[in-house]
Amino acid sequence: MDLRKLKTLIELVESSGIAELEIAEGEERVRITRALAPAAHHHPLPAQHATPMQMAHVPVPAVVQEPEGHTIKSPMVGTFYRSASPGAKAFVDIGDSVQAGDPLCIIEAMKLMNEIEADRAGVVKAILAENGQAVEYGQPLVIIG
Amino acid sequence: MANKSAGQLFDKVLIANRGEIALRIQRACREMAIKTVVVHSEADADAKYVRLADESVCIGPPPSAQSYLNIPAIISAAEVTDAQAIHPGYGFLSENADFAEKVEKSGFVFIGPRPDTIRLMGDKVNAKIAMAKAGIPIVPGSEGALPDDPKEILKIARTVKYPVIVKAAGGGGGRGMRVVHTEAALLPAVSLTRSEAGAAFGNPTVYLEKYLDKPRHIEIQVLADEHKNVVYLFERDCSMQRRHQKIIEEAPAPGIALRLLTRIGERCVEACRKINYRGAGTFEFLYQDDEFFFIEMNTRIQVEHPVSELITGIDIVQQQIRVAAGQRLTIRQRDVVRRGHAIECRINAEDPDTFAPSPGRITSYHAPGGPGIRVDSHVYHNYFVPPNYDSMIGKVIAYGDTREQAIARMRVALSEMVVEGIKTNIPLHQELLLDDSFLRGGITIHYLEQRMAKRKQTA
Repeated sequence: MDLRKLKTLIELVESSGIAELEIAEGEERVRITRALAPAAHHHPLPAQHATPMQMAHVPVPAVVQEPEGHTIKSPMVGTFYRSASPGAKAFVDIGDSVQAGDPLCIIEAMKLMNEIEADRAGVVKAILAENGQAVEYGQPLVIIG
Repeated sequence: MANKSAGQLFDKVLIANRGEIALRIQRACREMAIKTVVVHSEADADAKYVRLADESVCIGPPPSAQSYLNIPAIISAAEVTDAQAIHPGYGFLSENADFAEKVEKSGFVFIGPRPDTIRLMGDKVNAKIAMAKAGIPIVPGSEGALPDDPKEILKIARTVKYPVIVKAAGGGGGRGMRVVHTEAALLPAVSLTRSEAGAAFGNPTVYLEKYLDKPRHIEIQVLADEHKNVVYLFERDCSMQRRHQKIIEEAPAPGIALRLLTRIGERCVEACRKINYRGAGTFEFLYQDDEFFFIEMNTRIQVEHPVSELITGIDIVQQQIRVAAGQRLTIRQRDVVRRGHAIECRINAEDPDTFAPSPGRITSYHAPGGPGIRVDSHVYHNYFVPPNYDSMIGKVIAYGDTREQAIARMRVALSEMVVEGIKTNIPLHQELLLDDSFLRGGITIHYLEQRMAKRKQTA
């Protein structure tokens, strides 16, 4: 199950009133439980045709708050990377100070690496995409406060 | 990118378009259990087909140049979603040979003809030459530019037969043209058009064509696979036009002898074989005095494809996808049988009298239904029609056993249809469906504009 689907499921649990969500797709199975739900509601599942290949128990925080600041959005479709090359140090981490023009991340599109720069000075408050994640035009990437 | 064996359907198709055709392609994919990736601009983030897609990717801001015409963004979206094929729809990049080429070079299947075919048919002069070679009748005229020698010019016009039209090679859209009815008027007309062309377009080159004063727009739908199977799905009559924009289309074309239609259809199939055509395509003709004259070929799915689908029972979009996946056409020409009559009305968000675009929020929407009614539309209650794209918000197609029944059903359907909050051309359609000439059938491409001009005079 890919990260984007997982994200959608997490948002679904967040926005609804359900305490626990379990989804099986082929041989994959995911269970998402709200951190506030008591463990007594946990029902073991009868093993049916396939053994679950993947079980991700992801606690969902009751309230999600994004830090204050200016959001840098993706100017293109591509793959988000936090560093210039695999294994290299990330351009920025949360808490780093940046100047206008400092590179924050890379969006790879059609085999070309595009550096995304900070458009103002500030402190990196949040990094909203995962390394290797597909991003679309306008998707929030980094918050600078 | 995931591999696929020859003949196996795609796992995932990226739809590089918007509006009703994006929904149409999505429906074809979903029926065949193919996952869909829909790319969209920021203006279309709430589109129905975006919400129904397995994956959606925002590729740019509202302007088409930065979104639906943005080749790197679209190919990048295919890469990050691991799509296998791209369906370009109609308009936008669907007949852009560079796009088709880049799609293929990037490792994806372009659902359409080969790039070189698109390129050939995109050049209207070369297309005519290629079609003439392939046995398709073209508008007779001078082969290329008119020579300087007056004797030669007169000779060409005599062969073509009057009335003729002298056209500036650098003109177009009705500009730089002069109709000539008699031989005495020809040479003065040619030199006048030449000097006007030189002044207006910087190019004094002129050519000559037979002038058709009362043509109908008749087109032939073809389907070809990569295994040399080609069929034609009869014809469509798209003569109800305003400023070269089709408003009402129908199939079959009323009042044309079947043997003439069969012959032109077979010729189109032959031409497809000769140029090794692949996919769905349409040969457009002007039809006058029992003769067909090729004007151009569209190497894509067309807006009005539903009328052909309804009279043949063939899903053209699905066939496009199957052909692109390397499958053989399962239909032979003898399997293509026409039954009944279909009419399509294009519903545009525009003022029915001034034709000014009318974008905005649809505050109340109710689609028609019932026997023989098909609605191809992406809009819904509370949908915001963006101002950035063309004004068509949907198509209503009526099918009947006869032309009369199709028309009657369309009248009922349009009377039931509710679109409030914006203006639409539904009132115009309702008028035309009561128009004597339309009801008789066989109107020419000039009919609607002549009718509008008459009404302005008497108003």
